[in-house]
Amino acid sequence: MDNNDDTLIRIRDMSFGYAGRTIFDNVNLDIQRGKVTAIMGPSGTGKTTLLRLIGGQLRPTSGTIEVDGQNVHKLSHRDLYRLRKRMGMLFQSGALLSDINVFDNVAFPLREHTKLPESMIRDLVLMKLHAVGLRGARSLMPSELSGGMARRVAMARAITLDPMMIMYDEPFTGQDPISMGILVKLIRDLNLNLGISSIVVSHDVAETSSIADYIYLVSGGKVVEHGTPDELNASESDWTRQFIDGLPDGPVPFQYPAEDYLQDLLEGTGL
Amino acid sequence: MMNVIRILGRKSLHSFGRLGRGFIFLLQILTGIPQLFKRPRLIVQQLYSVGVMSMTIIVVSGLFTGMVLGLQLFNTMQDFGAEQSVGSVTALSLVRELGPVLTAIFFAGLAGTSLTAEIGLMKTTEQLSGMEMMAVDPVHRVIAPRFLAGFISVPVLALMFSAVAIQGGYFVSVSLLGLDSSVYWGQMQNIVDWDDDILNGVIKSVVFGFVAAWIAVFEGYDAVPTSEGVSRATIRTVVHTSLSVLGLDFIMTALMFGD
Amino acid sequence: MYSKTMELWVGVFVAAGLAALLMLALKVSNFTATSGESGYTISARFDDVAGLNLRAPVRMAGVRVGRVSSIYVDSDRFQAVVTMQIDDQYNNIPLDTTASIYTEGLLGAKYIGLEPGGDMEALKQGSEIIITQSSIILEKLIGQLFVKLTGGSD
Repeated sequence: MDNNDDTLIRIRDMSFGYAGRTIFDNVNLDIQRGKVTAIMGPSGTGKTTLLRLIGGQLRPTSGTIEVDGQNVHKLSHRDLYRLRKRMGMLFQSGALLSDINVFDNVAFPLREHTKLPESMIRDLVLMKLHAVGLRGARSLMPSELSGGMARRVAMARAITLDPMMIMYDEPFTGQDPISMGILVKLIRDLNLNLGISSIVVSHDVAETSSIADYIYLVSGGKVVEHGTPDELNASESDWTRQFIDGLPDGPVPFQYPAEDYLQDLLEGTGL
Repeated sequence: MMNVIRILGRKSLHSFGRLGRGFIFLLQILTGIPQLFKRPRLIVQQLYSVGVMSMTIIVVSGLFTGMVLGLQLFNTMQDFGAEQSVGSVTALSLVRELGPVLTAIFFAGLAGTSLTAEIGLMKTTEQLSGMEMMAVDPVHRVIAPRFLAGFISVPVLALMFSAVAIQGGYFVSVSLLGLDSSVYWGQMQNIVDWDDDILNGVIKSVVFGFVAAWIAVFEGYDAVPTSEGVSRATIRTVVHTSLSVLGLDFIMTALMFGD
Repeated sequence: MYSKTMELWVGVFVAAGLAALLMLALKVSNFTATSGESGYTISARFDDVAGLNLRAPVRMAGVRVGRVSSIYVDSDRFQAVVTMQIDDQYNNIPLDTTASIYTEGLLGAKYIGLEPGGDMEALKQGSEIIITQSSIILEKLIGQLFVKLTGGSD
């Protein structure tokens, strides 16, 4: 596999399921280097699971996932960890270590993986914190941060090892408009300035469309449609229209699958 | 009837599964321990929060245990004119049984639950997952130092417990009730054997430390990542540790002192 | 998070543990008395050793000089043979020493008391003590006492 290939992540015929439930069914997906790729779909379609599969935390039941030309699930423990140093991941909660302050959180990957002197770590950490606008918050504890700030710190931590890619898990969920704006800007900036490929998993249509170069719509374990934001906006597909326009009823029914309504009501009366 | 058998089957499969996971987890921890010695700070940090933080309570409970033993034994044995044996009986029961067992059970309640809750919450808040994605193995970085600290702390705490309790017994029977000091210590030295009693007690507490630390970190790591799951896991830590310690104590006592 | 005070406390913790071990060794147990397993073995025959345990102390003039290392029955003479390990420093115990089984206190454990004789020759590895006195069986004594007491009051 050529490492100068434009495709950073290549998912082929990948299926995944557990406890008898199928989460993904023969998914094919390509993620381009240096682009912002969005994976969108309704809640509960396993978007976060997809990120964990790419990160090698979960193993697909069949098919392959290649990151930078390496089959993630064929790697030894050591090689997988080496690969992960080049992948950043931003969890929904931020996943900051709650017993150490912001500075130490950002310094954590450096201290674990490098033998840099403390003075250099300090400079690097302050640079990364400056990039997310939180240099002044370095001595706060994670519990003192708002959700948006925690995500920004996590972002600073994700870029300390200068990864080739960052995976964002629902970065906009539950944010006020201002912090949402900041996060949108940061994802775009990191992508443009550092050339980091970004994968954004989200269901916030407007924000995601504004930064994504390419969008995959995922539902029911399959890729329903993919294309640039403009292409998707012009899509004729019922499902795509429902999702993008946020219609309450359509191919995804309003009612959770249930038996016949009348039948259900009558049963309760004992008739 | 079929249902009962099925439930039994499911429960035992579940238990076997957990046991298996526990052993694999233990192996993972043990492979992480050699690396740990290159970073003694991690161990020191955990020894502080696991061992030092339990020290006061262990010392205080040891003192009171010894005082109660002294009081009860003196009053009872006086009726038989055997109060000279207070020292030796106090010391024997402490170094052989009470020291290791009570320390391990106190440890489960004090440090074990906090280890379980801490690890369980780290799992719930995706900190362990996050670490994994930062290419840091959480079992080696988070679990192994905690396990090692627990394993070291229990025997050390048990020694403190026994030593302080023997002093507590001395205080009550000699200073308060008027037993002769040299009788207290002399009888003790005649009866208590270094190899048979003290070393065996230490071996017991080493085993208990291993088991208590293992259970505490495993329950945390295996907790269902919800607040209810973590609270159940802490309960399981106390229950499982106490039961295992008492069971193992019986087996070891039978092996060590059963001649 | 990590600080010098933390190191200090861990140091205190470990030191306190060692101090406790030292106290248990020197003040509580017979660590000093049996340092090392060195010593020589002697044996003695008793008619009855009821209540005598392995590792029971062997005393001379009240001082511990060794311990019981094995007890078994000689199947020819139906006597109990007790072997004792005596510390090396007590190497001039006369050959005609008497060994008796005593009880410590009223209900205490049994031990072997040695009363030295006047022989010029000393006990050495493998020697046998000829003059022995068996253990006093408390139950027998109490039984006799009971018979007397109850008989008297009725």
